[in-house]
Amino acid sequence: MYNLKCDVAIVGGGPAGLAAAISAKRQGAEKVLIIERDNSLGGILQQCIHPGFGLTRFKEELTGPEYYGRFVDEANELGVEYLLNSMVLEVNDKENTIICANSELGLTQINAKSIVLAMGCRERTRANIVVPGTRPAGLYTAGSAQRLINRQNVMVGKKVVILGSGDIGMIMARRMTLEGAKVVMVVELMDCLAGLTRNRVQCLDDFGIPLKLAHTITKIEGHQRVTGVRVAPVDQNKKPILEKEQLVECDTVLFSVGLIPENELSKKAGIKINPVTNGPQVNQYMQTSSPSVFACGNVVHVNDLVDNVSKESEQAGKYAALYAMGKFPQATGMAKCITGENVRYLCPHEIQLCDESQKVTLYFRVLRPDQNVKLVAVSGGEIIASKKEFRVSPGEMCSLAVETSKIANGEVTVSVVKEG
Amino acid sequence: MEKLIICTVCPRGCHMTVKGDNGVVESVENYSCPRGLEYAKTEFVAPVRILTTLVKIDEKENELLPVRSNKPILKSKIEDCMQVIKTTKASLPIKRYDVIIKNVCDTGVDIVATKDLK
Amino acid sequence: MQKTDVVVIGAGAVGCAIARELSKYCVDVIVVDKNEDVGGDASKSNSAIIHTGYDATPGSLESQLVVAANPMYEQLAKDLDVPFKKVGAILPAMTDEQFEKLPEIKEKAFKNHVYDVEFKTGKELLEMEPNLNPQVKGGLVIPRESIIDPFILVQAYAENAYANGVKFMLNTKVTDIKTENGAIKSVVTTNGEIQTRYVINSAALYCDEIAAMVGKADYKVVARKGEFYILDKNTSCKVDHIVLPIPTKVTKGKLMCPTIHGNMLVGPTAEEQESKIDKSTTYNGLESIATDVRNLVPNVNLKDTITQYSGLRPNRNPEGLHFDMYDDLKGYVNLSGVRSTGLTLSVAMGKYVVQQIIMHGEKLKLKENFIPTRKGIVKFSEQSREEQERLIKENPLYGNVVCRCETITEGEIMDAIHRPLGAKSVDGVKRRVRAGMGRCQGGFCGPKVIEILSRELKVDPKEITKHNQGSNMVVGKTRD
Repeated sequence: MYNLKCDVAIVGGGPAGLAAAISAKRQGAEKVLIIERDNSLGGILQQCIHPGFGLTRFKEELTGPEYYGRFVDEANELGVEYLLNSMVLEVNDKENTIICANSELGLTQINAKSIVLAMGCRERTRANIVVPGTRPAGLYTAGSAQRLINRQNVMVGKKVVILGSGDIGMIMARRMTLEGAKVVMVVELMDCLAGLTRNRVQCLDDFGIPLKLAHTITKIEGHQRVTGVRVAPVDQNKKPILEKEQLVECDTVLFSVGLIPENELSKKAGIKINPVTNGPQVNQYMQTSSPSVFACGNVVHVNDLVDNVSKESEQAGKYAALYAMGKFPQATGMAKCITGENVRYLCPHEIQLCDESQKVTLYFRVLRPDQNVKLVAVSGGEIIASKKEFRVSPGEMCSLAVETSKIANGEVTVSVVKEG
Repeated sequence: MEKLIICTVCPRGCHMTVKGDNGVVESVENYSCPRGLEYAKTEFVAPVRILTTLVKIDEKENELLPVRSNKPILKSKIEDCMQVIKTTKASLPIKRYDVIIKNVCDTGVDIVATKDLK
Repeated sequence: MQKTDVVVIGAGAVGCAIARELSKYCVDVIVVDKNEDVGGDASKSNSAIIHTGYDATPGSLESQLVVAANPMYEQLAKDLDVPFKKVGAILPAMTDEQFEKLPEIKEKAFKNHVYDVEFKTGKELLEMEPNLNPQVKGGLVIPRESIIDPFILVQAYAENAYANGVKFMLNTKVTDIKTENGAIKSVVTTNGEIQTRYVINSAALYCDEIAAMVGKADYKVVARKGEFYILDKNTSCKVDHIVLPIPTKVTKGKLMCPTIHGNMLVGPTAEEQESKIDKSTTYNGLESIATDVRNLVPNVNLKDTITQYSGLRPNRNPEGLHFDMYDDLKGYVNLSGVRSTGLTLSVAMGKYVVQQIIMHGEKLKLKENFIPTRKGIVKFSEQSREEQERLIKENPLYGNVVCRCETITEGEIMDAIHRPLGAKSVDGVKRRVRAGMGRCQGGFCGPKVIEILSRELKVDPKEITKHNQGSNMVVGKTRD
């Protein structure tokens, strides 16, 4: 078997892997190696040709290719190494080895001092949400349609219904309209938008595409290619009201019904997975339950903005480098991050305490939308951090920074409460 | 004329009401910041968008070049611009921000590549 | 006009098994099917179980064939390289009423010559199958109930038949059968007329329509829909055996069992319907499966579903498996009522049909050079690291993993496309190598499979279909 050695090995060359690699290199790790299954770096951003990236990080509106392009340039300047067309088959956290398949090198074993998991996420499918009907051609997840249209020069359909108002779904509504397809409607099960408001304005409203909130597809029709779908409103329990079902003709259905962290490798390696996020359990260094393995980006939890992914991945890269160099911070204690009122999950899931106080940013999502709220972190009965927010929604990530010196009793609880 | 405009400047998403006629703004209500006010006015008078799409490459059949407008384009001009872009072909090699179409449809805006391609 | 000795109509499990059996003899055979691939209808959407026949009607043809077929699979699976596993079935009684029925079921099994059915206590069953409903009072174990890859079984029959000289005409619909002086003369198809002495009608759902062409439609096919769930390999609650409910007078009921590839299969429903093409799943059907199966395995996690599908069993009215040859129509063989046991009995039916033809006076001579075995597609993910290494060295395409969920390489997809009777469609690839059968359901590999098919078949991507004609995956180019 072909053998390679490195200090930090990074599984995945998308935005998370790139940011982690750059940060590891800047921190002083000598040999940083990205292992990427695609034939080029950039991950899913390669097919995200639309704008909306980088507003926080670069203070300008970039497209996906521009955003990752800047990271690739920097990685090249710093001498980050990478293996393309290489599918990781196995991560061994005890031996710190990775085995991957590569056409030219054959099976390749990589010995590292630390490992960063940055595999991203995958799309939920029709079956995850139960849509009855036939199984004809013309059913795509929004992301695979995006890949076909933007990267393979293949047009998937002419008359489209989109299920789910997530960002990819709305962005595909605009893409397909600009390319000459008719997007008949976007159907959303919830009574509120799943993605960002700006995408509703610029992708749906701009093109007069109707958004059907509190509706779902109740049946898919067509034996060879899709011929139509039945759409019905749902009641408060999200059960379709079948008497109000209507037939909508179309030749294509796109499913934009959520993303799930892709953790097959992490699970096989025995890394502890958080049941709410479906990603590895991590501390503020993005370190998993296995000390030499770090994780970042959508493999940990599905982010709304790539800017947040880059930020948290820099943290993972930095500490993976310190771990590889034997300079990892010594912990003197540990605090658990606990979800309070209207908080679905918190990332990191725990905080390592050390002698020196640190500022740790906790990222989280709310369970339901709200307005005029306060984000509050409580530890030992005291409010240790708080911040006002005009509006929160499940589609957008919240954050709150805490000082570790203020944490008492080994836990910190974050809640979103009404102001006043 | 009265128009509801949802602000896209920040995630706050203010629902603003603009009143006016013939491209002249008389009043803007429910904005929370100067940037929002500016956005509301532009949206009312002459909304603009960044246009992103793909251009055919001479040398490649199954790959396309992602492109963008280097500045926001008048929303009303986007369809015209798409017609031009759809018939345009780019040649390799291409560097990020190479101009693919200069002053597209006389908008004063260039269509530029968003990635390197060899 | 083409000339042959036998035309087999229908390339499902039974049709292909008959063709393979005939290919042992010096006789020309053509298999005709309207679909683009073999195994394209009832044989691809069933519960993938090799039954023992313990619950058949004693003395019936179905009982004889299923009971005879079951023991043949061990060797057949080896010869034809088909994934097969004897996992055994459990029939747990949850109520006193069900418990009282067990002796009757066992007795019926005995009448069917299935002698290895054993009674177990509730405690014993829970030890065997910890996820069983803890209320279980006892039950039966049927050790030889087994699971198989139903797609590969049909492909294997077909490929082996092909290797032994059988011709296949796919995408070919039979439009008429001509007879002369009380004997078969020819079969008219959408791809020309074939002169033949025998016609074997194994057209399943459409066998009544074929029979009508020769005036032998004294029955009607009634499609009986069965809906299923397939769960993720990583689902939180699995079973190791085929867990069957105690049958009622109305239905055999809904089961839960592992598939040969480690997924969980849950279902089926049984609803008769007019349409022979409507294979849609329904809210009611899927809900009824959930309710019923929770009775057997309370913690079954249907949130881990990766797909739902339905199949149509070609039931007939009047009921029952029928084999017919006619004195007034020489050369015509009619099979009808091949239902959920069709997959199991296929191998025995092949032998039965050939024997019947011989008994009706046909002199069949054994071939000297019959090839009894077939090699399947090498599965990269199941090989040792050394073997994987060797595969990539020999053919670098084995180093390109295309389907991440199932770890399927481009090498395997190339084999699926280029072997005899190879894949021509996205589903054809999926049923040969499982690309797209994992948890993302082709989200990642679908676009790549379209690209590979288009490249290898040398057609534009817009010609690539999901399955049959008209099921085109894409409509054209983004930019011409």
